[in-house]
Amino acid sequence: MPSNMENIITIHVEDRDGDRQTLEIPTDVNVSLMEVLKGEEYDILATCGGMALCATCHVEILQGQEHLIEATEQELDMLDTLPDADDHSRLACQIHLRNENQGLSLKLKGSLQ
Amino acid sequence: MITTDICIIGAGPVGLFAVFEAGLLKMRCHLIDVLPQVGGQLSEIYPHKPIYDIPGYPSITAQELIDRQMEQIEPFSPTFTLGERVESLEKQHDGSYWVKGSDGTTIHTQVVVIAGGLGCFEPRKPTLDNLETYEGQQVHYMIKDPEQFKGKRLLIAGGGDSALDWTIFLSDLAEKVTLVHRSDSFRGAPDSAQKVFDLAQQGKINLLLSHQLESLQGNGQLESVILKNKNKETILVDTDHFIPLYGLSPKLGPIADWGLQIDKNAIEVDTFDYSTGVERIYAIGDINTYPGKLKLILCGYHEAALMAQSAFKYVYPDQKLSFKYTTVNGINAF
Repeated sequence: MPSNMENIITIHVEDRDGDRQTLEIPTDVNVSLMEVLKGEEYDILATCGGMALCATCHVEILQGQEHLIEATEQELDMLDTLPDADDHSRLACQIHLRNENQGLSLKLKGSLQ
Repeated sequence: MITTDICIIGAGPVGLFAVFEAGLLKMRCHLIDVLPQVGGQLSEIYPHKPIYDIPGYPSITAQELIDRQMEQIEPFSPTFTLGERVESLEKQHDGSYWVKGSDGTTIHTQVVVIAGGLGCFEPRKPTLDNLETYEGQQVHYMIKDPEQFKGKRLLIAGGGDSALDWTIFLSDLAEKVTLVHRSDSFRGAPDSAQKVFDLAQQGKINLLLSHQLESLQGNGQLESVILKNKNKETILVDTDHFIPLYGLSPKLGPIADWGLQIDKNAIEVDTFDYSTGVERIYAIGDINTYPGKLKLILCGYHEAALMAQSAFKYVYPDQKLSFKYTTVNGINAF
């Protein structure tokens, strides 16, 4: 059965080369933004598998940051150790998209090594 | 020298279960792990977190799972080398391997099983051109001998406990310490943060908040680091040493140099038996990758079982393997 159309949002992803792509993402599946991006074949190491330990899924939120679930202390601690993080940084593995995140725009920043 | 049938690199849940599966087939195991205790990330990072997807346990804490697994493998008398990293594998004429550790331990084994999880945790490096040029001489990711900084100008980068603690310690020893942090506050221990603010107020250190690293300047010798503030203005800090302290991130480490097929920090394996492309070397658990791979403890357990069945031929080349159930045969300790 197809997903309920009300539970699909559009997000915009900019890769490391600056290429932008618009994705349609279901919000009624229990996967993290990191898993969504990997599923779309974006280059993300995700070494730790979503435990907020490696920060290779580091993304910069370009638009819609205020609608995201707030970062936990553990995520903020990890972001704080990154040389290239700023106030718009998040770990994609700690983000679960909801309908409020329609129009979210982000840029990949995680290390590839 | 330690002699064993199977040398397991990594003593996390999957490495430990491999001892059980090998033991059922009368193969002895030696485990080596860089951490000072068994359990891998379960014991090191989240010992008190509950895990909900272990069959038979609706909920079990990470440390309790490890304790139970240790109990489960006791009949098979595994031996351990803890707190030592494996540096190299040396193939012998008869096909067996010498596994060499960073502190000089050598393990002679018929089969190598890499159950290294996330790999080793290594210092995270900032992305700056020519950083490698100065590594070891003027760029340091950890501080082994603080005395070398006596009377020198230092630039420390980072906002965690390590950056705060070293800034405080080195402020007495060095001629000048500059601490640069990307944010305007510290998430490290509040006491240390307060001390750093006090030192800055007393003029004993130069504190640059809300600044990012931009580039390094020097000609063979590092001379200065260029920083950028929030208004995109740049400043130049002359320094003798640059000490980025950005915590640790998991890396494959020496495993990457063993001639194995690597994809995105993971070892490619054949799902028939979780063998790598190199004979007698297997990779199981979070460190391997294959189509459909899931980084789950229970998937690692399955991989350990199939690995053991396949490794049998190297340990007992003259014997035929017959598959037996523990319900029929029980556990035969050795």
